[in-house]
Amino acid sequence: MPNLLRTIQLAMKSLMLHKLRAGLTMLGMVLGVSSVIAMLAIGRGAKEQAQKQVLKLGATNIIIRSVKPPPESAVNSGGASVLRYGLLRKDYDLLNKTIPTITQAIPIRELNKAAWHRHHEITARIVGCTADYLDINHLNMAQGRFITDDDRQQKKNIAVLASGTADELFQYENPVRQSVKIGSKFYRIVGVTIPRQASAAIGGSMSGQDYNQDIYIPLETMRVRMGDLNIDRTAGSFSSEYWELSQVTLRVDSQDRVVETANVIRESMKQNHKTDSDYAIVVPLELLKQAEQMGIIFNVVLGSIAAISLLVGGIGIMNIMLATVTERTREIGIRRALGARRRDITIQFLTETIVLSGTGGIIGILLGLSTKYAFAGIRTFVESFIFEGGKAGSDFAKMFSEMRPEPVPWSLPLAFFISVGIGIIFGIYPARAAAKLDPIEALRHE
Amino acid sequence: MKLAAQVIDIQKHYDLGSVVVKALRGVSVDFPHGDFVAIMGASGSGKSTLLNLLGALDRPTHGEYIIGGRPVSSISDDDLSAIRNEMIGFIFQSYNLIPQYTVIENIEVPLHYRAGYPSISAKDRKHIMELGDMVGLGDRMDHRPYQLSGGQQQRVAIARALVNNPQIILADEPTGNLDSSTEAEIMEILCNLNAEGRTIIMVTHENSVAKMAKRQIFMKDGIVAGEGFFPG
Ligand SMILES: Nc1ncnc2c1ncn2[C@@H]1O[C@H](COP(=O)(O)OP(=O)(O)OP(=O)(O)O)[C@@H](O)[C@H]1O
Ligand SMILES: [Mg+2]
Repeated sequence: MPNLLRTIQLAMKSLMLHKLRAGLTMLGMVLGVSSVIAMLAIGRGAKEQAQKQVLKLGATNIIIRSVKPPPESAVNSGGASVLRYGLLRKDYDLLNKTIPTITQAIPIRELNKAAWHRHHEITARIVGCTADYLDINHLNMAQGRFITDDDRQQKKNIAVLASGTADELFQYENPVRQSVKIGSKFYRIVGVTIPRQASAAIGGSMSGQDYNQDIYIPLETMRVRMGDLNIDRTAGSFSSEYWELSQVTLRVDSQDRVVETANVIRESMKQNHKTDSDYAIVVPLELLKQAEQMGIIFNVVLGSIAAISLLVGGIGIMNIMLATVTERTREIGIRRALGARRRDITIQFLTETIVLSGTGGIIGILLGLSTKYAFAGIRTFVESFIFEGGKAGSDFAKMFSEMRPEPVPWSLPLAFFISVGIGIIFGIYPARAAAKLDPIEALRHE
Repeated sequence: MKLAAQVIDIQKHYDLGSVVVKALRGVSVDFPHGDFVAIMGASGSGKSTLLNLLGALDRPTHGEYIIGGRPVSSISDDDLSAIRNEMIGFIFQSYNLIPQYTVIENIEVPLHYRAGYPSISAKDRKHIMELGDMVGLGDRMDHRPYQLSGGQQQRVAIARALVNNPQIILADEPTGNLDSSTEAEIMEILCNLNAEGRTIIMVTHENSVAKMAKRQIFMKDGIVAGEGFFPG
């Protein structure tokens, strides 16, 4: 084998004779290789994103939410009639008592209502909940205490404020032991929570929760003091809605049984509901599967781009190398006359091809690594344009907004070897053609 | 006397499908060590064909060519390359330098194909500079072929032919493209190389060039028509 470094140097020298040509020839490789890197980075990003989300929502949790049915399916035509929907306390009892794999069931009811302290008024999310709510949502107390089982049994008129609510209503005062007015009734404040980052939206069925505008009261207190009927008098007309629970979070005893349990829940829910349009079951663990599916779609798309670019790039390289061999026939004749073996000529032209494709590969790798930043750009674009139209195209937009490509370390050597491999595959034919030339004929070539 | 090269009744046929061109029709010549031969003859008489066979660039259709004591018919392609690299130095009418390389790099080319592919040593570099000085190009070593005159390019080709210190120098009309004063300078170099003991076989049309050789061979229609000392 001739000196490798020397051979590579010679190859570069020959390629530098036609810089533009070499550059254009590499484009296919660059695109193909960067697609490979991007493909794996997006797949990994999507998976990690989903894992994070699952972790936040709890991998062993199953969440059932009440969903207000779309207007056309609402039977009541008269403006004054009551729209009934959502989770029932019956559902909660049924699930909690009949499914043995459920270790914990945490019901809440939430609604938006005005809350006052003296002349300060805000619209807060009033959450009727149990003692477990704190834990399951990873909330912590800044001061005072959270709701206890005792509060619930005695239906005490107490409230816990989220930090944001506390700041707005009380500003520089300490809210604990003071009272807040919700609707027409007063509640004594027993604690304030620490600010918490909003959780991500899940599965398209639940909006992201901003825990900062909350007021927590015992679930039973809410039932006696506010009832299950909510009358909204805004905008002239008034509508009334009846729902019992907004959400039940169910904790399954082990991760292996989550999917199985979710299926049992889907069956059980049919007992009290004619359709499944007034509730939604979210299984965080299944988000992982969705992410994997999305990853597969991206892999297919980018994989096809990669395969086509690499093929076209390879053919382009082969084409250029065949032209180069013809152009340099005389040089080949000279080298043969001066003692080059056929093998030496093969190696020379093969090295040139590999240097060409390998350089394209390295540029492609750098480009592929920058997908992270490219995505940030696309995301800003998508968020500012598509999200403005509310829900329009939201699935696509959401997919982009949740995507954080993360380059996979082993994809770098892989991509490099792919580009070198392409060089070998598509370079071997022109190099052999060069070596096969008859020395005398080659010397005569004009 | 030991021979540097010997051709025994060689023929070279080119099969063009419809006709077979017999470029050589039975040529036998002995080339002793230190010989200086001028091959002459009309255009198409087979001079270049003979020289290519002598240079191990081609194999005869019939007959045998013996170089360095070995019959070419028994030598593999790779070994023929090695013979061209080590035992033979080529000089062409059209110089045949590699255009993208400098003078030094052109002279280096045969060194890259040496047996075992040793890398170029400091000694090799010194040798290249000496050869450059010898052919009178000491100050042009970093130039490229297009920056040189025909005579200068042919000097580079001579230096390149000598870099592996070959026993035999083959030159096909080495002065064919040059004016008479440059021709004289090139011939002086070749005469000096012969005086050092190298065998030189040269094709030429010029009587003035041929008479500087020790002997002349006249070819006609693929055979040797006459042999002798100028003006034979
Ligand atoms: N590759 C080839 N294919 C067919 N015929 C060939 C080939 N090479 C040489 N010939 C023929 O062989 C004959 C001898 O050619 P050659 O080149 O040896 O002549 P030459 O004596 O060197 O002539 P010149 O003085 O013009 O260079 C010519 O008739 C030529 O056409
Ligand atoms: Mg000729």
